Amino acid sequence: MSAADIYKEVILDYYRNPRNFGRLDRFDISAHDTNPLCGDEIDIQVRVGEGNKIEEIRFFGKGCAISQASASMLTELAKGKELEWVKALSKEDVLKMLGNPELGPSRIKCALLGMKVLKMGVYGYLGAKLENLED
Amino acid sequence: MQSESLDLDKVRADFPILKRRVKGKRLVYLDNAATTQKPQQVIDAIAGFYSNYNANVHRSAHTLGEEATEAYESARDKVSRFVGASPRELVFTRGTTEATNLVRFAWGERFVEKGDTLVTTLMEHHSNIVPWQLLAKSKGATLKFVGLEGDGSLDMDSFENLMKESPSIVAVTQCSNVLGTINDVAKLCGLARNAGAITVVDAAQSVPHMPVNFSGIGCDFFAFSGHKMLGPTGIGALVGRKALLEEMDPFHGGGEMIREVFPDHSTWNDVPLKFEAGTANIADAIGFGAAVDYLSSLGMDAVREHEVGLLRHAIDILSKGKGFRMYGPTDPVHRGGVISFNVADIHAHDLSTILDEEGVAVRSGHHCAQPLMRWLDVAATSRASFYVYNSCDDVETLAAGIEKARRIFKV
Repeated sequence: MSAADIYKEVILDYYRNPRNFGRLDRFDISAHDTNPLCGDEIDIQVRVGEGNKIEEIRFFGKGCAISQASASMLTELAKGKELEWVKALSKEDVLKMLGNPELGPSRIKCALLGMKVLKMGVYGYLGAKLENLED
Repeated sequence: MQSESLDLDKVRADFPILKRRVKGKRLVYLDNAATTQKPQQVIDAIAGFYSNYNANVHRSAHTLGEEATEAYESARDKVSRFVGASPRELVFTRGTTEATNLVRFAWGERFVEKGDTLVTTLMEHHSNIVPWQLLAKSKGATLKFVGLEGDGSLDMDSFENLMKESPSIVAVTQCSNVLGTINDVAKLCGLARNAGAITVVDAAQSVPHMPVNFSGIGCDFFAFSGHKMLGPTGIGALVGRKALLEEMDPFHGGGEMIREVFPDHSTWNDVPLKFEAGTANIADAIGFGAAVDYLSSLGMDAVREHEVGLLRHAIDILSKGKGFRMYGPTDPVHRGGVISFNVADIHAHDLSTILDEEGVAVRSGHHCAQPLMRWLDVAATSRASFYVYNSCDDVETLAAGIEKARRIFKV
């Protein structure tokens, strides 16, 4: 696989015209993380609707094409899904979404940053809900 | 391969790693500001120690012990002479970071007082910022930063204003690892000394690349790393004025650094051994000595001239490319052999992935200089940095790789 295969048209399109980019006025989940190696940053906000479904989702961030495109594509996939879907999401799912690029160990962290932030947010939200139930 | 100042074919033949291929391509190693490759002479010196006379130093009276001690102290001689210092003023450390931290603990913890001002600059590597931040916190002092001019040089008004606050420590780099800016440290240290400060010069990017003289600069402390100048990792040096080294507290406590130990107190070994607790990194010190021999045989004027030539060529061809932005001084005479840049909206990490495919190794990221990156208002840059084995062909391969990235990103 060559660099030209990693940076396919679709990746560049999501990098330059990110979908779901920005912030929500009302949200139930907000999470942030950085990739200290690269300085990539991703924020994700989610509004949870009926049946624990992702009603609205936005991401915000800066970084390389892979991290930003991956986060943007992920928000599109996630919209309308149940939070359980996020819990089940795997590294393989994200790489498949990106067209299975061959990435070295340092660049793979860029590809997975969006998923990590979304999972952190969802787990935090579900954990807080669990605590409320116990009160 | 041509160079007016160095016999490049001969130099390149000394570096075994240059024979390897990366992704099927000739290795074009342009990440020398991060670490440099090692010539066979350095590798042989390290292997020679372990194969022939491995023993601890300054302890054993047997033959191997005597030979190891002699080689270790001879390395101290070579490295100190290389920077115009006396061997009695040179402490071996793990590198520049340990050297600045040594000053922080052994000088700073003893002499800095609550309310003091410490001064560093916005162009420093984290190793010349964070130790002073920690020191300021522990002593209730304040760390202040000298600002920069638009061209990446130090803002002298800002520097002189800070000197009016009579700082206790002024820490400044001789050559920026990002901008390449070469600072007139002799002048800066003179101003700082007049203001009553002790001075710490980060020479990690200057000593490897240009003739540098510790006594000529007139600083109090001076730090550099072996691995950035053809030597092994894990060895570097702190050079300090002897009077200061004498009055400072020790750094680490343990073997070697003591004269006498009693249950309730100890007395210290002579400088510099007072600061070298535990068994020294003997093999790497010997390797460091071999690296200095190698550089001396090339001549540091020739090394500098070679790099200026590469810089001129690189700036010339790279700056013609679409969307190329370079940071720092544009005249090679005022900068070390590093070029930090960005290309259009291609993120440095993406560029680095594409260049790697061409066998070209550059650094991408914040270069351990986050305050500077914030000042530049960029998240990351790519950085190509040159050394003795780089050629104009290397520069052209880099330029072709960047052109390929432009095609992939449709710039």
